[in-house]
Amino acid sequence: MGSLAVAATFSILVTTTIIVVLARETIGFFEFPEVSLGEFFFSLEWNPLLGAEKHFGIWPLVAGTLLVTVIAASFALPVGLISAVYLSEYASPRVRATLKPALEILAGIPTVVYGFFALTVITPMLGKISPSFGAYNAMSAGLATGIMILPIVCSLSEDALRAVPRSLRDAAFALGGTRFDVSVKVVVPAALSGVVAAFLLALSRAIGETMIVALAAGGIAQITANPAAEVQTMTAYMVQIFLGDAPATGVEYKSSYAVAAMLFVLTFGLTMVGRWVLRRFREEYD
Amino acid sequence: MQSESSTTTPSQHAHGHSVELRAVSVASTPNTAHSDTAIKVRGFSSWYGSFQALKSLDLDIPSRHVTAFIGPSGCGKSTFLRWINRMNDTIPSARAEGTLELHGKDLLAKSVDVVDLRRHVGMVFQKPNPFPKSIYDNVAFGPRLHRVYSRAELDQLVERSLRQASIWNEVKDRLHASALGLSGGQQQRLCIARAIAVGPEVLLMDEPCSALDPKSTLAIEELIESLADRYTIVIVTHNMQQAARVSDETAFFFEGRLVESGATEAIFTKPRNKQTEDYVTGRFG
Repeated sequence: MGSLAVAATFSILVTTTIIVVLARETIGFFEFPEVSLGEFFFSLEWNPLLGAEKHFGIWPLVAGTLLVTVIAASFALPVGLISAVYLSEYASPRVRATLKPALEILAGIPTVVYGFFALTVITPMLGKISPSFGAYNAMSAGLATGIMILPIVCSLSEDALRAVPRSLRDAAFALGGTRFDVSVKVVVPAALSGVVAAFLLALSRAIGETMIVALAAGGIAQITANPAAEVQTMTAYMVQIFLGDAPATGVEYKSSYAVAAMLFVLTFGLTMVGRWVLRRFREEYD
Repeated sequence: MQSESSTTTPSQHAHGHSVELRAVSVASTPNTAHSDTAIKVRGFSSWYGSFQALKSLDLDIPSRHVTAFIGPSGCGKSTFLRWINRMNDTIPSARAEGTLELHGKDLLAKSVDVVDLRRHVGMVFQKPNPFPKSIYDNVAFGPRLHRVYSRAELDQLVERSLRQASIWNEVKDRLHASALGLSGGQQQRLCIARAIAVGPEVLLMDEPCSALDPKSTLAIEELIESLADRYTIVIVTHNMQQAARVSDETAFFFEGRLVESGATEAIFTKPRNKQTEDYVTGRFG
């Protein structure tokens, strides 16, 4: 009994500790004379390391993160949902029994391997398509991140689709629906809340992804929508600081806590939205 | 495999000879006198894998009448029903042989377009299964699959279908509310409206009242009677009183065979076969 309660409390304790540390260090960052909340939220320049004047506007990093995430999502969400529909509605039990575990193996690959894959396979391929893609670019990192979250989208969506009762499919078939009609007009809408939850979970993973973007996206914090551009994400910035030689008492070092807090708020918000969507749009089938 | 329920209602064990019969006038007409046979069955057998579910059935199902399939669980009556609209196609191991014709058209032929067949042969299931959509969208679902309608046409079609299914007055003020908010009996009538909206000529009903309370059951039975002059209705039921009340013709299935079929009154009052008699008088089943 007691040890169970300790185990259960442990994760809460860890989470609380993380939040406290984040908050304390973030407040410490804002106590430096050269930074202000106003600049953090309203400046469009992030340049904490070089140059005579340091700038701490968070938006270039947020924009880099969003650009990579949007690229990943525009690949993984449609492909993942289509694969899920195929596995759940079209594939024979034998095909499904082979494909689904294969897909779940994809989920077990360490992300550094995806980062390596982006650098050595995707980036050169993009370079062949257009010379505007340099050695580091958002597209390559975004696609690799998309491949990384694909199994999450597909596997969770497929679970949601299969949870739709057979009686609804029967009803639609009996009205003269084709397999496509049944999938698209009945099963997917009925499973929508589960599918959206899968999307949101995958998005939080993409936003928090670090290794791929640190390897393949580059290191220039800038606001751009150009997928061929080099961008820095929030996570990649933190890696750069913690692995670099910035002194642990300096403003550059502390800035990474503020970035981390921002990242935490973003992913936490997304999780909340996901929970709300699940509750609000849950379809009772029977 | 089969979807017969094991739910038992008290009326099921009622004494066969005491049940009230629906249309005495029909009873005087012999089975063969129907000028119009909708569904013709000859030497029809079917299998699930190596299990033979139906053994050489011969039957004529009359047009625009109600035909009831009765028999104990696992006797094959639901399986047979699901061949008429080829719902068994979704079960990979299911296959059939013999003659099964709708107005002379072979329903088992490879060339049959099952999508088109199911527009002509609608189905209502054991448990009400409305889509988690609005009442309106449930009824409009079938028609929208088959062609594009103008808003006005669709409104009209939805209203007409709901009226025919005797549920219009209960739902006309909340057409755009979720169908899942309706009671079980209302949901089942909505499912009937949804099937009617496609414009079928045959309606297959697989124990449509088995999940409903007695009052809702009565409403569905009245509805079936009112639909009988427009549609060929085939109803699978466990409830013999229901078969007696709603049907013109009855077919008794036992262990994959069609034991006896004929005018409902004849089946219930003077069955030719001992098994039929035992079943309709409640001695087994």
